[in-house]
Amino acid sequence: MPDEPKNSLQLNCPVPFGPGDKIVMAHGGGGTVMNDLIDRVFRKGFGTQSVESRHDSAILEAAGRLAFTTDSFVVQPIFFPGGDIGSLSVFGTVNDLAMAGARPMALSCAFILEEGLPIQDLERVVSSMRRTADEAGVALVTGDTKVVDKGKGDGMFVTTAGIGEVLAPHPIGPQAIRPGDAILVSGDLGRHGVAILAVRQGLAFETEVVSDCACLWPAVKALLESGVEVHGLRDLTRGGLAATLNEFTRDSGFPLSVEESLVPVSGPVRSSCEILGLDPLYVANEGRFAIFVPGDQSDRALKVLRCIPVSSGAVRIGKVETAIPGESPRVTLHTPLGSERYLDLLSGEQLPRIC
Amino acid sequence: MKYLDEFRDPGMAKGLLREIARTLTRPWTLMEICGGQTHSIVKYGLEDLLPPTLTLVHGPGCPVCVTSVEVLDRAMAVAQRPGVLFTSFGDMLRVPGSKTDLLKVKAAGGDVRIVYSPLDAVQIARDNPTREVVFFAVGFETTAPANAMAVYQAHREGLKNFSLLVSHVLVPPAMEAILSDPGNKVQGFLAAGHVCTVMGTSEYVPLAKKYKVPIVVTGFEPLDVLQGILLCVRQLEKGSYGVENPYLRTARDGGNPGAQNLISEVFRVITRKWRGLGEISASGLGLSEPYAAYDAETKFSLQGISAEESPECRSGEVLTGKIRPQACEAFGKTCTPEHPLGAPMVSSEGACSAYFRYRR
Repeated sequence: MPDEPKNSLQLNCPVPFGPGDKIVMAHGGGGTVMNDLIDRVFRKGFGTQSVESRHDSAILEAAGRLAFTTDSFVVQPIFFPGGDIGSLSVFGTVNDLAMAGARPMALSCAFILEEGLPIQDLERVVSSMRRTADEAGVALVTGDTKVVDKGKGDGMFVTTAGIGEVLAPHPIGPQAIRPGDAILVSGDLGRHGVAILAVRQGLAFETEVVSDCACLWPAVKALLESGVEVHGLRDLTRGGLAATLNEFTRDSGFPLSVEESLVPVSGPVRSSCEILGLDPLYVANEGRFAIFVPGDQSDRALKVLRCIPVSSGAVRIGKVETAIPGESPRVTLHTPLGSERYLDLLSGEQLPRIC
Repeated sequence: MKYLDEFRDPGMAKGLLREIARTLTRPWTLMEICGGQTHSIVKYGLEDLLPPTLTLVHGPGCPVCVTSVEVLDRAMAVAQRPGVLFTSFGDMLRVPGSKTDLLKVKAAGGDVRIVYSPLDAVQIARDNPTREVVFFAVGFETTAPANAMAVYQAHREGLKNFSLLVSHVLVPPAMEAILSDPGNKVQGFLAAGHVCTVMGTSEYVPLAKKYKVPIVVTGFEPLDVLQGILLCVRQLEKGSYGVENPYLRTARDGGNPGAQNLISEVFRVITRKWRGLGEISASGLGLSEPYAAYDAETKFSLQGISAEESPECRSGEVLTGKIRPQACEAFGKTCTPEHPLGAPMVSSEGACSAYFRYRR
């Protein structure tokens, strides 16, 4: 038998992690236990060239302009109807790149794991991230792992960064929108927020509401390829449609008007929001986005969007108005009754009402 | 029938608005005493659609808004105690007390949790036998039956680690306080539909007779509110006054006897301090003698905590309909949802918050 180094820990047992196996502090220690976790969970799960090479950095080739984004994910619970923290983190990052008109190229993911987290949960999340990345056509190329004491981490936090190749011919964003532009949304609102809330609160609705977590790049790609002049794109995440519209109004200086009756909300989401005292316009989505295009191109844009599954429910909901000198721009909602109200940002999280 | 869009039907709403305009021959002032109705009126912009000679005043119908600063300070005090697990409906969390609010107490390490039902708080007590679970029992008569049931269940099971911090208020005494004020301009009332679902309509009959005002039981959807207004205006134009109940899909004249029995069993009527209105006798609910052990105020010796309201906050005048939120000097300036001086700016049903969000 060849001489072996003293105090070496042989960890080449092929037996998978059992249900009782949990993350311990050593998994973040930089030693053999950590490397074992990286091999058996991350390299096995992600399996890309760069992760294989074990460098501190991934090397990428790129030409032209790049989009770069970062995001953190702390969703609780980690697994919810329609997704998990893994799929959410990949879709969320890819979608941020898509909103800049960029084809997603590569993602990094850093994990902060809480001591005591079942390793099978981690494996499930990693596997979900791999599937989601494959579906989105993006590579997970580099990552990091840290472990924190029990009680300091809520199970798992994930932070990602993403790089994409900008394919949009013109800059996209609030500065590009103009009075007369049409405001479109890619589908019905509020599914993700309601799904999370239902699981978190242990609420069992008769009709299960499933998160709308999805990759938006195919829809954006189709729009860019169609030649429609895209002025603005934004995914409708925290704060919902209301937050996005307010950001655009604030950053562009133009007021926006929305027809409330045109905003699509599914029956189950509407009912859940009614019961919980929430307004669907403020509820988070993870697979929906707003699009700003010139008014005379909105029909063409809708036709293109409706051919792509993730945006098959696209509709026009409003338009960009002309700024009024001396007045701060606001988002105005026209109600079905013929009255108007402002759709402002909330100061914090939406809290369910008493009665 | 889903009871959502049907009662928001624009065509029917326009029909009711036309009928109201046709019926009106002179100015009238109506008050609603229900946070849900305030919210609905402002959210759907109903005031803009009504004839300008009809004035809608938002009364003290938001239970969050009328919870006294004193009770809020007591809530913060108990929530900060080690070993206490403080549970509450969501919209109480941002309401400012004298110095802080429950969200800040949570951020500083207090265990403060939102529940959707007081029975969830009882379950939390069962699941955490070594912690003291306190539920913040706020509301009008509407939420009293569920809160009573929570205490009833806890008592039946002999749960020792559950208590209620009670701040229930009653609508009829508030109505009487407004009507008996010499400066009162309110000529008719939209009564809170879900309060009447529990309590019925009998308490309003003597008020209508004594003060000669129409009182119409009204729901929350736009069509309900418009119908309530129409019936009120018809009575005023005819010179009649009485209690009417068109909200029959939810509220019966006798109310819910089972709920009423449970309330009488677990609670007793007491004098209560209303934020912005002061003390009104026989206007609140407290725990009855057999259930006194579940009273968080005595359990945690909170009675010594007293507080005065901010002198700058004019919520009392807003809540009694004497001024509109925009007339307050602090509105939108020193008082905003991020830095509220009083509860009406924080609660989603508060008049100040509704105006700030939707109108301004």
